[in-house]
Amino acid sequence: MSSRSRLGRYGLRFFALGYLAFLLVMPVGMVFVRMFDAGLGDVWSAITSPDGVHAFYLTLLMVLIAVPLNTIFGIGCALLLVRTEFRGKALLNAVIDIPFAISPVVIGLSLVLVYGNFGWFGGWLADHGIQVIFSVPGMALATIFVSLPFVVREVVPVLQEIGDEQEQAARTLGASPWQTFGRVTLPAIRWGVAYGVVLSTARALGEFGAVSVVSGRITGQTETVPLFVQRAFTNFDPAGAYGASVALALIAVATLLIMNFARRKEAAT
Amino acid sequence: MSAAADTRAAAPPRPGYLPRLGGAGLGRGLVTLYLSVIVLIPLAAVGSKAFSAGLGTFWTQVTTPEARAALELTLGASLIVIAINAVAGTAIAWVLVRDRFPGKGIVNSLIDLPFALPTIVASLVLLTLYGSDSPLGIHLAFTRASVVVALLFVTLPFVVRAVQPVLLELDREMEDAAASLGARPLTVFRRIVLPNLTPAILAGAALAFARAIGEFGSLVLLTGSAPFKTEAASVFIFNQVESDNAVGAAAVSVVLLGLALTVLLLIGFFSRRSVRRVV
Repeated sequence: MSSRSRLGRYGLRFFALGYLAFLLVMPVGMVFVRMFDAGLGDVWSAITSPDGVHAFYLTLLMVLIAVPLNTIFGIGCALLLVRTEFRGKALLNAVIDIPFAISPVVIGLSLVLVYGNFGWFGGWLADHGIQVIFSVPGMALATIFVSLPFVVREVVPVLQEIGDEQEQAARTLGASPWQTFGRVTLPAIRWGVAYGVVLSTARALGEFGAVSVVSGRITGQTETVPLFVQRAFTNFDPAGAYGASVALALIAVATLLIMNFARRKEAAT
Repeated sequence: MSAAADTRAAAPPRPGYLPRLGGAGLGRGLVTLYLSVIVLIPLAAVGSKAFSAGLGTFWTQVTTPEARAALELTLGASLIVIAINAVAGTAIAWVLVRDRFPGKGIVNSLIDLPFALPTIVASLVLLTLYGSDSPLGIHLAFTRASVVVALLFVTLPFVVRAVQPVLLELDREMEDAAASLGARPLTVFRRIVLPNLTPAILAGAALAFARAIGEFGSLVLLTGSAPFKTEAASVFIFNQVESDNAVGAAAVSVVLLGLALTVLLLIGFFSRRSVRRVV
């Protein structure tokens, strides 16, 4: 290798790693430093305060509502897209991606316009004593909206790749449709599903904009962890802001580790 | 592998077990219902609200000085961001595929961190390094540059993850042939490698653009969101919702939606395969 191309190689490496260091590694590292600056005792009491605990509970609730629903929807929708033929399939395929292309704030606004007090269904819902906006159901809808495409998008390529020969064989040998799904299809797509579930969970945990609009941000009632971070920071409570942020950052890092694991498993099968 | 998947996808599906699995018709109905309740009806409401007071009002709302300033900031910052992403993303992908150094696996995993990290945390994280008490002495917070930095952070993975698989599959023989015929490394890159990467770079940049114009959370703490200065379009929409101007909020939303959907349609012209794994 000539000295010139070696220089180019080191230069490029220096640039790429430097870019990542300034944009990604140093900022994320600093948030840990700031948390320790705030004092671990204060961080612990901020996170375990009633409002902090409620925020974590609510975030967990959002995940537990949105992820299972989107997983069932995602598998069903992927099967429809790959294994059946119908008019409007291309349209359905395009609609699935919409949540990725839309600002979270617009998602929040759209839900307010339909389910809010002055929205399309708001009056009817209010007459029946159901409050969606500024309440948990609306936040759940927002969370489902933003995390909707992940499972579909991970399962579709896997279904295409495995083909349907084994399913056909199982059917020929007398397996019922549900047996075929449970014994043949589901095991074959499990790592794709797992990957989608992890991505949905990460997104559902961290959603800020859409939930911010529909929740009304009522402390101790409709405040998820990301909203808690914002309020703590703007109220000059660094212990709460950095503590909750580090908790979310650790979950993000765990997500990456699980993704790597799932990807390797997927590649191995 | 991918070629095989394509032929299978193209082959007419045989009548599988799905029609009997509760019925494909029922499945289609449920999927449509789910998408309608959660996605389609709400989006229709945004469109309907934006034009509820007529086309003239829509136009007035998106051309108020504050709305225009916000849209211009978002567009300008997003264009800068995808230009930087195209260069830096390609360089990072190149280093991850062609270079060898200790810790490469970790760096490779880190690329996805912006996708996994909640946007509000991204905002706080950037503020710790570029805020008023920056340990580096770089004070970007509350300036227009901070909008660019926030968008760079959240869109980092798009170009890298689009270019990486293409670069991995790229046949090195072409480059070796060009080099043996006397082409210098830069010429080889420009004439041989870059043309092969361009569709992936464009596709990654388009996804990054769609993400950047709608980005909200990462801007909240970092940019200060001052009208006419650092208030991006999504922040403007948020403020209009808060001050009960639903028509103005919906009107600017429609502009963003139109832009994002146009860009996504354009991606259709680029290789769909090269953007696999990109969310």
